[in-house]
Amino acid sequence: MEKQTILNTRHFELTLNRLCYELIETHSDFSNTVLIGLQPRGINVVKRLKIQLEAILKKEIVCGNLDITFYRDDFRRREKSIIPSTTNIDFVIENKNVVLIDDVLYTGRTIRSGLDALLAFGRPNKVELLTLIDRRFQRDLPIQANYVGKAIDTLLSERVSVEWKEIEGEDKIVLYTPENNG
Amino acid sequence: MDNLSVEHLTGIKDLTRNDIELIFKTADSFKEVINRPIKKVPSLRDITIANLFFENSTRTRLSFELAEKRLSADVINFSASSSSVKKGETLIDTVNNILAMKVDMVVMRHPNPGAAKFLSERIGAKVVNAGDGTHEHPTQALLDAFSIRERLGSVEGKKVVIVGDILHSRVALSNIYCLQKLGAEVMVCGPTTLIPKYIHELGVKVEHNLRAALEWCDVANMLRIQLERQEIKYFPSLREYSMQFGLTKEILDSLSKEIIVMHPGPINRGVEITSDVADSKQSVILQQVENGVAIRMAVIYLLASKIDR
Repeated sequence: MEKQTILNTRHFELTLNRLCYELIETHSDFSNTVLIGLQPRGINVVKRLKIQLEAILKKEIVCGNLDITFYRDDFRRREKSIIPSTTNIDFVIENKNVVLIDDVLYTGRTIRSGLDALLAFGRPNKVELLTLIDRRFQRDLPIQANYVGKAIDTLLSERVSVEWKEIEGEDKIVLYTPENNG
Repeated sequence: MDNLSVEHLTGIKDLTRNDIELIFKTADSFKEVINRPIKKVPSLRDITIANLFFENSTRTRLSFELAEKRLSADVINFSASSSSVKKGETLIDTVNNILAMKVDMVVMRHPNPGAAKFLSERIGAKVVNAGDGTHEHPTQALLDAFSIRERLGSVEGKKVVIVGDILHSRVALSNIYCLQKLGAEVMVCGPTTLIPKYIHELGVKVEHNLRAALEWCDVANMLRIQLERQEIKYFPSLREYSMQFGLTKEILDSLSKEIIVMHPGPINRGVEITSDVADSKQSVILQQVENGVAIRMAVIYLLASKIDR
């Protein structure tokens, strides 16, 4: 497995910082905006954005976690069932501006499920999508992110891993390529 | 990622501790789902489930039907009182006719012990036992243990007494298996005539004094006297039973610690449990009903994930 760092710690931080200011540009004081992270890995992005946004805006940003297991389109098409994670949305999203957040945007199927899952909590005014990494040209569905940390071109056989200081010990994004890749 | 070790849910006896914990973990998520504004997920939209009730049921049947609908499955209902069973059709014929209509899963309650297992060995659809005579009632035991876990944090190491008609109770047998697999200690309590002779071989304690049993336990599961299954008299009168084994507020308040009171329903108020106990804050009877839907959603979801496409 060949390993290539796409974003190192410094660029990782700069990227998150830029995404914060892009969000502020559109949502100004976040009075009617909530951030919702997709389980399992999107919630790490939300946690970090929340800290940085709160430091900049000096106010509380409303955040939640959304699990999409029961909305997936591959139920019974997988070998094993997926153990769901927790959903934690203790506010009403009716008429709110929602920013859905995930770490990697790939086929778009997770986001499709996420949109379905979101509607169980009401009718949002507007839904946007933020992703740290956009694996463009690999979409199965017509889905596009509004905010992108970094767009990369990848092969199907490659794997992108977003690693966090709190979990893996270092903030970085790594691209894994199999050796025998043609 | 994990799967159940079984293809059908015919009894708790066949489940491993991992299976039970997987069901609980999945049920946690479904409990969150059924408390949302929109209490429905689309997971099972291409699955059809038949509820076959060859014996009366209100809450179990409603609970299963609700669980199926909240998973977006298509549901057909059948009850013996309005069917061809009365015209002499066998169980296998009845079920095969229903399966010919392309049903993926069968939820069945039947008066004969072993009916669910019998069926699961003979048909292609997944089978969920919703009670087979005096044998097992697995989803009830799962929701009981889930309710204990919810209230006390875990089941491991807890002491649970099951009071009442143990002899005729499928709830008791499933509960014993389930609680023991999760590491709880189990005691049964009731009149000598209603305690099966060899029940101690399952590793449960036997007690005939209600107060002593309640002093020992953390949780008391009060069972209904199933008069409909009793062909002979097992005790002189309901009044006498109630005086010896009925749980009253006086007894509950006089105990040295606060215990949890459970009941699988339907309650005979004033017989096995008085109204003030049933409605007290120590009672989790209505939480059991709520958890029942989440547990049944989890069981159906996990079994459905094993249906071949």
